[in-house]
Amino acid sequence: MMTNHTLRKQCNLLPGSLITGKWNKNPYQIKEELGYGANGIVYLAESNYGQVALKLSDDYSSISSEMNILKSFSKVQGHSLGPSFFEADDLLKNGRPLPFYVMEYIRGEGYLAFIEKKGESWIGVLMLQLLSSLGELHKQGWAFGDLKPDNLIVTLPAYKIRCIDVGGTTLFGRSIKEFTEFFDRGYWGMGSRKADPQYDLFAVAMIIINSFYPKRFSKKGDGYTQLNELIKQKRGLHPYSKVLNGAMRGQYHSADEMRNDLLNVLNKEHEHKKTQTNSTSQGKKNNKGTSQTRTMRKRKKRRGVLETLILAIFVSILYVLYVYNQFL
Amino acid sequence: MKTGTLKQILLITDGCSNQGEDPAAMAALAREQGISVNVIGVMENDTINEKGLQEIESIALSGGGISQIVYSKQLSHTVQMVTRKAMTQTIQGLVNKELQQILGKSTSMEDLPPDKRGEVMEVVDELGETSKLEVLILVDTSASMKHKLPTVKDALLDLSLSMNARMGDNKFSVFVFPGKRKDVEKLLDWTPKLEVLTKIFPKLTTGGITPTGPAINEALGYFQKKRSLRGLLSHDDESYFEETV
Repeated sequence: MMTNHTLRKQCNLLPGSLITGKWNKNPYQIKEELGYGANGIVYLAESNYGQVALKLSDDYSSISSEMNILKSFSKVQGHSLGPSFFEADDLLKNGRPLPFYVMEYIRGEGYLAFIEKKGESWIGVLMLQLLSSLGELHKQGWAFGDLKPDNLIVTLPAYKIRCIDVGGTTLFGRSIKEFTEFFDRGYWGMGSRKADPQYDLFAVAMIIINSFYPKRFSKKGDGYTQLNELIKQKRGLHPYSKVLNGAMRGQYHSADEMRNDLLNVLNKEHEHKKTQTNSTSQGKKNNKGTSQTRTMRKRKKRRGVLETLILAIFVSILYVLYVYNQFL
Repeated sequence: MKTGTLKQILLITDGCSNQGEDPAAMAALAREQGISVNVIGVMENDTINEKGLQEIESIALSGGGISQIVYSKQLSHTVQMVTRKAMTQTIQGLVNKELQQILGKSTSMEDLPPDKRGEVMEVVDELGETSKLEVLILVDTSASMKHKLPTVKDALLDLSLSMNARMGDNKFSVFVFPGKRKDVEKLLDWTPKLEVLTKIFPKLTTGGITPTGPAINEALGYFQKKRSLRGLLSHDDESYFEETV
């Protein structure tokens, strides 16, 4: 991450300070710093709208672009992935105007911290949520772009996943301007940086991988081979392997398609765990238990074949009778 | 509004020039001709000395571009970001000029209310996506750059990946300095794709002096030559049309 010291110096606001916008004259009381990025600092503030997140920057262009994106999101009905937009204004600091905008404060815990605390079983569920939100966004013709755990927050008490930084959101067909290498399809040599649904789905796959490799890693040699090797090395990733591969190769046409596959994996995983716990509770009979279920399944299969055979014979007898009747 | 072609020189170096004209002066000369000069200073564990740092900043400042000091590990991400930022800066300069023509001398984007600013920014973003872009890349191949060259190659491939995702056309050319016999040597002629570099780069020899100023100067000529050639062509076209009408 590049550090921008002038930004730090210029945009620094102390907790407790009261600022008023140059244009709309709305007052904001700064509570604390929430985050710090390449092009701005985000503060928690008390205002007429209640608690809000306020992003202050010295870069007019990036602030205005982000504002435009947030505004167009507000027009999208039922879109809940990003924060809603309140207003934009300038702050006069030492005689110099600095642009800021105000948005909904999304309270919650960072994705990776949440997983670490609550356990891996949450990964799948949260990704299902993320994929349905992405599906909605894609239907409006937008790609999220800079999708990464750092931008994802799990809100409480509903345990709903949301995004706090929409700066990378891009219309389909245009170039992705903001991205993070680890989650970027181009970096891994697995496609272009043109915004399409598959760009986001690749990032989702990388978020799942990141959940098991919290420290991340950098590219060495062929990206696809390396990623598959690393998936193999983590047991927790094995059930996701097929979905991850599909997303990495850009084989899913939509977020919904990937969501369905992930849902199937999670359901199977659940069943698998159930049988596993059953068998372990049987203790020493473990092996026998599994072989029993296996033979049961085989018997079931055989019975199925027998049923169809009988049915086929029955139908053909009826047909022969019918033809015979016709002849008469 | 049309911006024509955005022209940039991207200088990748790791230190101070030690021969020929003042690179900052040459950058200023570029700026006068509508070409912005961006500089990326590459470090590798070591730091660039104060003098080198100052030079890098002053080249970008007088060249109307952006400078960034970066560890070689972060080079890829930086190269595409600097190029993009410089594009936005150039477009914004042009848009500001336009605004001043409409709204009066002292008006710039900062003086507009935030909502209007957003509308202006939409235009800037649109132009950034659709404008034609020409980047002439100047790579320092003096001895100290030897270990950094593979990273530079990767960064340039990454740049073409990013830029070619845009809707507008791109053209890149790559020069290295010092050249075998001259100050500058052409490595790659104008092309939208930089993949060829994978073959050329490993064969590069490093060493020698660092004639940054002369390198920028010669790069300028390369832009000009091309422009004049194109000018001739378009002139020919016009006269042809006149005749047929």
